[in-house]
Amino acid sequence: MEEVPHDCPGVGSAQAGRGASCQGCPNQGLCASGAGAAPDPAIEEIKEKMKTVKHKILVLSGKGGVGKSTFSAHLAHGLAEDENTQVALLDIDICGPSIPKIMGLEGEQVHQSGSGWSPVFLEDNLGVMSVGFLLSSPDDAVIWRGPKKNGMIKQFLRDVDWGEVDYLIVDTPPGTSDEHLSAVQYLAAAHIDGAVIITTPQEVSLQDVRKEISFCHKVKLPIIGVVENMSGFICPKCQKETQIFPPTTGGAEVMCHDLKIPLLGKVPLDPRIGIRFRLKAGYRISLEASRGRCPACPVYRESRRSPPCTRLLSVRVATKDSLFWLKPRIHQPL
Amino acid sequence: MEEVPHDCPGVGSAQAGRGASCQGCPNQGLCASGAGAAPDPAIEEIKEKMKTVKHKILVLSGKGGVGKSTFSAHLAHGLAEDENTQVALLDIDICGPSIPKIMGLEGEQVHQSGSGWSPVFLEDNLGVMSVGFLLSSPDDAVIWRGPKKNGMIKQFLRDVDWGEVDYLIVDTPPGTSDEHLSAVQYLAAAHIDGAVIITTPQEVSLQDVRKEISFCHKVKLPIIGVVENMSGFICPKCQETQIFPPTTGGAEVMCHDLKIPLLGKVPLDPRIGKSCDKGQSFLVEAPDSPATLAYRSIIQRIQEFCSLRQPKGENLVGS
Repeated sequence: MEEVPHDCPGVGSAQAGRGASCQGCPNQGLCASGAGAAPDPAIEEIKEKMKTVKHKILVLSGKGGVGKSTFSAHLAHGLAEDENTQVALLDIDICGPSIPKIMGLEGEQVHQSGSGWSPVFLEDNLGVMSVGFLLSSPDDAVIWRGPKKNGMIKQFLRDVDWGEVDYLIVDTPPGTSDEHLSAVQYLAAAHIDGAVIITTPQEVSLQDVRKEISFCHKVKLPIIGVVENMSGFICPKCQKETQIFPPTTGGAEVMCHDLKIPLLGKVPLDPRIGIRFRLKAGYRISLEASRGRCPACPVYRESRRSPPCTRLLSVRVATKDSLFWLKPRIHQPL
Repeated sequence: MEEVPHDCPGVGSAQAGRGASCQGCPNQGLCASGAGAAPDPAIEEIKEKMKTVKHKILVLSGKGGVGKSTFSAHLAHGLAEDENTQVALLDIDICGPSIPKIMGLEGEQVHQSGSGWSPVFLEDNLGVMSVGFLLSSPDDAVIWRGPKKNGMIKQFLRDVDWGEVDYLIVDTPPGTSDEHLSAVQYLAAAHIDGAVIITTPQEVSLQDVRKEISFCHKVKLPIIGVVENMSGFICPKCQETQIFPPTTGGAEVMCHDLKIPLLGKVPLDPRIGKSCDKGQSFLVEAPDSPATLAYRSIIQRIQEFCSLRQPKGENLVGS
């Protein structure tokens, strides 16, 4: 059969050369002999590159929309509050890269130099990389199948010149597929410290999160712990607490107890979390309107295990002609 | 170079045989000649299979966690309330299949017969299929790369014996990748009525949703309209507040700018999450909720959209 099989199991898979659809494929002999399973040379290259990166943390969730990117961004901000800590934030969500917006870096471009791609620096000690920086417009869709996404992730890990970094935080899309396998495989020789797994309280989320935990066990990725986001809502008007996403099966607390995994913390829903702002040069506006108790604040601080906390607040000053964007301010813990 | 290239662009891609990593691959000649781009025979098989399915609706979102599966399930429930309407719900989220739980069908198994796989029937007129039914335990992770997921989706479309169906609803995972491309490609010859796109009000969601709309335009998939979920919350003590503030005007402004219908806005009701966890229809559990009223109105608009589209069949002239 002189044609390319449609159901190619993939050159690196266990079925390579052995599957029914491999019959007649010119590559069959090579795949069956295991040539396709030879390690990717990029793995060693990435191991070398990662020698200047002390700690690597993956932020995962089986479920979408639970706040992975929000948490990754806050973790990066929080760690970078110490000017002596070098932080890098890598967004490997190729189809839905949220990090540029959440970090207030939309429109920024990546530059190439002799030593590789330069990340976009929000602060001197906080560099960010995302496919979002490579798009001509934020509305451009990245419609790629798995192999092409994997290629991009490999480039991010191998070709970005992160420099000396204390923490590399890797934000991921939901699921247990190409991006996750690639991140783990490409970093295999470089030692990942562990994964932080994000969930929300309801069982529909926990079900997917248990799959993610299963994934971590299968690929031998240590789990730092679980963060439960959207854990109750405190009405800013009347302070009444409501469970928007009721923990019908006990939420993350029960799941972590059952699976013997640390629960790092529970972050309540605060509408102010949903809003991000960035300073435009030359403007500094009073945050009077925003001072006040932010119930989410101490919990983020606990999760990061290092004071003080940052409150990313929602003060928005709009005139009829323009909107002022405000830089996150550092506040003392309440 | 006698080895398999690691960066194989994929045998069906435009770069097949032409990419830098193709140099030396034994398949290079074949790929470059376009042999890999020959249409998959499954496309015709699926077209045949879909002849008994009148309307096909994809439920999409660029963003995760906005309520696609919740909406797909309630669309199915709502349509199936008419006993004379045959409804099929297909879950092609391979890594995170939520539909079995939301429909209260966890633990059910799929059976094979001479005419193919049988969907799991919640009601006589409501059949469901999901990879969730193929797992030995709901906690089993499906850790598959793109090609294997595509194979599963092909099987779902080609091998499931749906029977005579009025509406096939396809629930998708977030993104614009393998699953979405495969669904559109395998159904290419079978005519999809359109896509319903789900979002939440905040700009971080809308950004991903605009990409999904871009995807629909690129693959020439009609857009039935957009649904804005989690559109406000009624605090039981005081009054309404926005949990996910529409800092850029929410779906309303986006739809106006992109000239796409806004099918409706569904407010947050904690009973929705509870119903989903328990596998019950929220429409039945909370018939007076503003969210239920919103769902029903949206379902009606979708039915109206579909009724304007002639199903392909024997009765048509010149279609």
